[in-house]
Amino acid sequence: MARELQECYLIDACRTPFGRARPDGIFGMTRADDMVVHVIRALMERNPEVPKEKIDDNLWAATTQMGDQGLTIGRTTAILAGLPETVPGCALDRMCAGGMTSIALGGSCIQAGDADLIIAGGVEHMGHHPMGQGADPNPRFIAEKIVDTSALNMGMTAENLHDMYPNITKEECDEYALECQKKAKNALDAGKFEKIIVPMTAWSANGWRVAAQDEQPRPETTMEGLKSLRTPFRVKGRVTAGNSSGLNDGAAGAILASEKAVKEFGLKPRMRLLNYAFAGVKAEVMGLGPIPATKKALERAGIKMDDLDVMEINEAFAVQVVAFMQEFGIDKSDARINPWGGAIAFGHPLASSGPRLMAHLAYEFEENPKLKYGLASMCVGLGQGGSLIWENVKS
Amino acid sequence: MPEELVTHFKDTYYDSPAGKIAIVTMDNGEDYKKPNSFGFGAMQSLNECMDRIEAQGDVKAMLLTGKVFIFAVGADLTGVPDIKTREQALEIAQNGHKAFKRIMDAPFLTVAAINGASLGGGFEISLYCDYRTISTGVGVLGFPECFLGLVPGWGGTTLTPKLAGPEKALQLIIHNALNNNKMINGKKAFEMGLADRLYEPVDFLDKSIQFVEGLLAGKEKVERPKPDWSNVDALCDQAKAVADSKVHGVSPAPYRAIEIIKKAKDITVDEGFAMEDEALADLIPSPTMQAGAYSFDLTQRRAKRPVGVPEGAPLPIQKVGILGAGLMGSQLALLFLRRLSVPVVIKDIKQEFVDKGMSYISGELNRQAEKGRIDPGRVPWMLNLVEPTLDYADMADCDFIIEAVLEEMPIKKKVLAELENVVKETAILATNTSSLSINEMASDLKHPERVIGFHFFNPVAVMPLLEIIKADKTSDQTLITAFSAGKNIRKKAILVKDAPAFVVNRLLIRSMMETLKLVDEGNDFQEVDQAIFALGTPMPPFMLMSLVGPAIALHTAETLEVAFPDRFQISDNLKELVARKKPGVYGPDGQIDPEVKEFWKQADPPKKSTPEEMRERVSVALTDEAWRMLDEGVVGAPEELDIAMIFGAGYPFYMGGLTKYLDYAGYSEKVKGKKFHPET
Repeated sequence: MARELQECYLIDACRTPFGRARPDGIFGMTRADDMVVHVIRALMERNPEVPKEKIDDNLWAATTQMGDQGLTIGRTTAILAGLPETVPGCALDRMCAGGMTSIALGGSCIQAGDADLIIAGGVEHMGHHPMGQGADPNPRFIAEKIVDTSALNMGMTAENLHDMYPNITKEECDEYALECQKKAKNALDAGKFEKIIVPMTAWSANGWRVAAQDEQPRPETTMEGLKSLRTPFRVKGRVTAGNSSGLNDGAAGAILASEKAVKEFGLKPRMRLLNYAFAGVKAEVMGLGPIPATKKALERAGIKMDDLDVMEINEAFAVQVVAFMQEFGIDKSDARINPWGGAIAFGHPLASSGPRLMAHLAYEFEENPKLKYGLASMCVGLGQGGSLIWENVKS
Repeated sequence: MPEELVTHFKDTYYDSPAGKIAIVTMDNGEDYKKPNSFGFGAMQSLNECMDRIEAQGDVKAMLLTGKVFIFAVGADLTGVPDIKTREQALEIAQNGHKAFKRIMDAPFLTVAAINGASLGGGFEISLYCDYRTISTGVGVLGFPECFLGLVPGWGGTTLTPKLAGPEKALQLIIHNALNNNKMINGKKAFEMGLADRLYEPVDFLDKSIQFVEGLLAGKEKVERPKPDWSNVDALCDQAKAVADSKVHGVSPAPYRAIEIIKKAKDITVDEGFAMEDEALADLIPSPTMQAGAYSFDLTQRRAKRPVGVPEGAPLPIQKVGILGAGLMGSQLALLFLRRLSVPVVIKDIKQEFVDKGMSYISGELNRQAEKGRIDPGRVPWMLNLVEPTLDYADMADCDFIIEAVLEEMPIKKKVLAELENVVKETAILATNTSSLSINEMASDLKHPERVIGFHFFNPVAVMPLLEIIKADKTSDQTLITAFSAGKNIRKKAILVKDAPAFVVNRLLIRSMMETLKLVDEGNDFQEVDQAIFALGTPMPPFMLMSLVGPAIALHTAETLEVAFPDRFQISDNLKELVARKKPGVYGPDGQIDPEVKEFWKQADPPKKSTPEEMRERVSVALTDEAWRMLDEGVVGAPEELDIAMIFGAGYPFYMGGLTKYLDYAGYSEKVKGKKFHPET
C-alpha cells in the first residue's frame, strides 16, 4: 500500500511556570518528572476531546537523562500521568533544542502517516541537573584541537560570537535585554500567558505553595543596572547575567495531531507545521545555529524571510539574536521578533524552551489571525540550530 | 516527658483570580515515616498560624493540608504516660478544642485537603473546616481512639455524627475501631459523606485549590444528604452490643462515645465538646487508656525490633526444608513459600502424607488466587517451587529446615539426628514445638549450635506471634538468621529461653489450672467463665479450651506438671474429659454437656467463690507465674511477656497485654511487693 502523507497540526501547548534553579527556587523541591506529568495532565484536561487511548507516543526531551529526568522520561511520565498503559513513550536529547526536536520528530511521524496523536515536550530541572552533569567529554576534542576549550562553556561561546561580530556592542545587547524585559512585562500585564502558564502546587521548606508565575522576569531592569553587571566569562567581556537567559527549572509540552485525528475527534487545530530544519555550525560559536537552520527551513517551505509574520527566537544570549537579525537584515525595532518577550525575561530551562516558543506562536496566532507564518528557532550547545515554520490555521 | 516532635502549621499565600488563599501545611520536618502528630507545640503553632492569616486582612479562604503522603495521625501518644491527673487531661482536651475551633470561627472559607494518612485528631481537625477534599491515595483514615481506650475527644465524637449522621459516625468510631482498629480509604470516606470531593493523588492539591477558587467564585456547589437520625436509638443499641462483645464493659471508652453520638443531633457544638472534655478527663489517666497507650507503643516500636538479638548479618535462605507434611508442616510450607518465594522441600515418611500436604498447599494457593490475594498466573510457578519427597537427601542443599513431626521427644531427636547427616554445614535446624525442651532435643547432635525453636500459633497464617527459642548452645549466627527469617515471614518474633511451654502457653495453662480448680471446688462452669471473662480477656476460659482442644491443653499441661508439679497439678476431671474425647465442656447448644456434668467431680460440700474472688485467684496465679518467668529469665523483660500475650493470645490493648493490668489492679504489689513497671 502506498504511503499517504498527511498534515501535522498543533492542537495546544502549555508549560509550568519557570523557576530559578536554586534550592529555594519555586521548584527547588519539585521533581522534574512531576513537572512533566503536570503539563501532560493540563493538556489532557484542557482538550478532553483528545482520546487518551489513541495517543501514539509521548515524546519528552531532557538534556540530562538521569535521576528524576532518567528512566526514559516519556514512558515514566505517561504512566505517572495516568495515560493508558497502551501509550508508549521515549526520551530524546538535543540539549537546548530537545523539546523542539520532540515536536519536530512528532510532526514528522504524523506527516509520514506513522502516528495521529502525539504528546511532545521538554523538561529541564537545572537545579537538580546543572549543565554538563555527569558528562565525560572525549579528550580527543581538546587533544586534537577538534574544538576550543571554550566550546563547552555557553557563556564563552557568546563572547566568541561578539568577537566574530565586532560591531555588536555590549550596550546594544543590554538594550535588547531591556526591551525584552519590557515586552515580557507588557504581555504579562495584558494577560497573554493565562493559557500558556499552568499554575502548579509545589513543595517548599515553607510547606505547599502555588507556583503561578515565572520567577525570573525583572520588569524593574534599567540600563544602569545592566551596565553594572559582572562579565563572568571574560575580563572586560560583554556577556552578563542581564543579557543572558539564566538557569531555570521548567517543563513545556504540546499536543500534535494529524488531519485525520482532527476530523475524527473534532479537534481544534491552532497551527500547521510547514517545515523544519536543523543545522550545524562551529561549536565555539554555537549561537549562530539559528541562521543556517532558518535558511534551510525557509528554503524547504518555499517562503522568504519577509513572509514571516512573527518570529520566536530563544534568547540564550542577546548577542545571538542580534547576530541573527543582523544576518537577515532585520531592523532592531522589528516587532515580529519575540513580541511577548523572550528567554532573557522568562528563563531557559534547556529542553523545555522549544515547546515554550511553540506555545507563544500558537497563542499569538490565535489572538491575531492576520499573522500567517511564524518561526520558532533556537541555538544549541556544541554548535547547532533548529527552526520550525508554522502556518496559522485561522489566517 | 519525651520531647515533642512539633508539627508546624506553615502558611503560604496564593493570589488566585478568585481571591487570596492561605495554604496551610502541617509539617513536622520529617519524611512520611514520622507522620505529623499533635502535641502542645502543634497547638501553639496552629494558634500562631491562625494569627498570621487573620493579620493578613484580605484572606478569602484557607486550605489546610499535610506533608507528602501524610495529613496528620492525631495526638502525640508518647506523652500519655505522664498524664497522671484528671486536671492535666482536661486541659489537654480543652486546649485541643480551643485551637481547632480557631479554624471553625475563622472569618473566611476553610477547606481541608486530606492528602494522606488521617487518624484520630488528624481527621478531627478537618471536621472544623467548612469543606473537605480527599485523595484516592489516602490509604488509612479512621478513629483508633476506642481501640486504644479513648473517645475521639477533639471534636470527632460530636462533629462526625453532625456531618454524616449516627450510622456513619458509629461505623467509624465504634465498629471499625473495635474491629481490630480497621481503617478506611479515601474513596470509602468520600462515599460515607466525610469529604465533599474526591480527587486523584497526581494533582490532588491542584484540584483542591481549584475547588477553593470555585467555591469563592460561586462556581462550585456542594450538596450533602441530610443525615438520617430516625433510627439513632436502635443504631446505638447495636453499637453497644458490639462493644459488649468486644470489651464487655471493661473498657469504658466506647460506651462514652456512644453516649455523645446519641445526643449529637440536639446539642450545640460547644455542648458536645464539653462532653468530650469530660470523657477525655476521665479516660486519659485511667488504667485502660494508660495500658492502651503502653500497648500501642509496644506493638508499634518494641515489637518491630526484637530485644536481645545480637547484631550481625543473617545467612541467606535460598531453600527451605519442611519435615512433616501434616497440617502444621503444610501450613509452614505455605507460609515460607508465600513470604520468601524460594524452593520449599517438604518431606514425610509416606507418599500419602506428602500427597495430602501437597493437596492442602495447592488448595490454599488456589483459594487465595480466587480471593484475589495472589495472581492466579503465579500459582503454577509457586506450586512448582514445592518439592515433595520421602528422602532426606533432597534436603541436602536447604539453608533452613524446620521440623514439624509428632510432639514426642524420641521422634524429634531421631529426625534431627537423621537430618544432621545429610544437610550442609551452615544449614539451620528449627524445631516447631509447643512445649518440648530444645536443649534436650539438641543434646545428642554433633552441631547443637545450629538448633533453634520456632513456636508458631495456630492458625499459622493468622496468628502474628512467633516464639523463637534459644537453647543453651544456639549460636549467635543461628539466632540472627532465625530472627531475620521471622521478620521475612512477617511474624512478630520474641526471644525466649528454653523453658517448659515457653511463654504464652505457660501463662494460659497456669490460668487454666486455677480456673479448673475453681470448678472442681464447686463453682459452676458458667459462673467461672463469666467471672474470668470480665477481666477483659478475649474469650471465657472454657471457650478457649474448646478452641485449643482439651487434648492439646492437657499435653502442654503435662509438660508443665513434670517441670513444676506444685503449681501445675492437673485436674482429674480434665484427664477424664480428654479420655472421653470431648471437644469441650459445652455442647453444641452452648449448654454444659450433660455427660460432662455427670462425670465432673466437684467438692462436696461445694466451696463457692464470688466473681471477685475468682478473678483474684486467677490474677494472683498469673502474677506469680509471670514473676517466676522473669526471675528465671524466660524472657528479658515484662514488655516481652505483654507482646507475647497481645500477639499470641489476643489479650487486649486496654489490659496492656498482661503485666500492665496486673500492676494497675494491684496484684503485682500484693504478690511480690513490687510492680512489673515501677513507673506505673
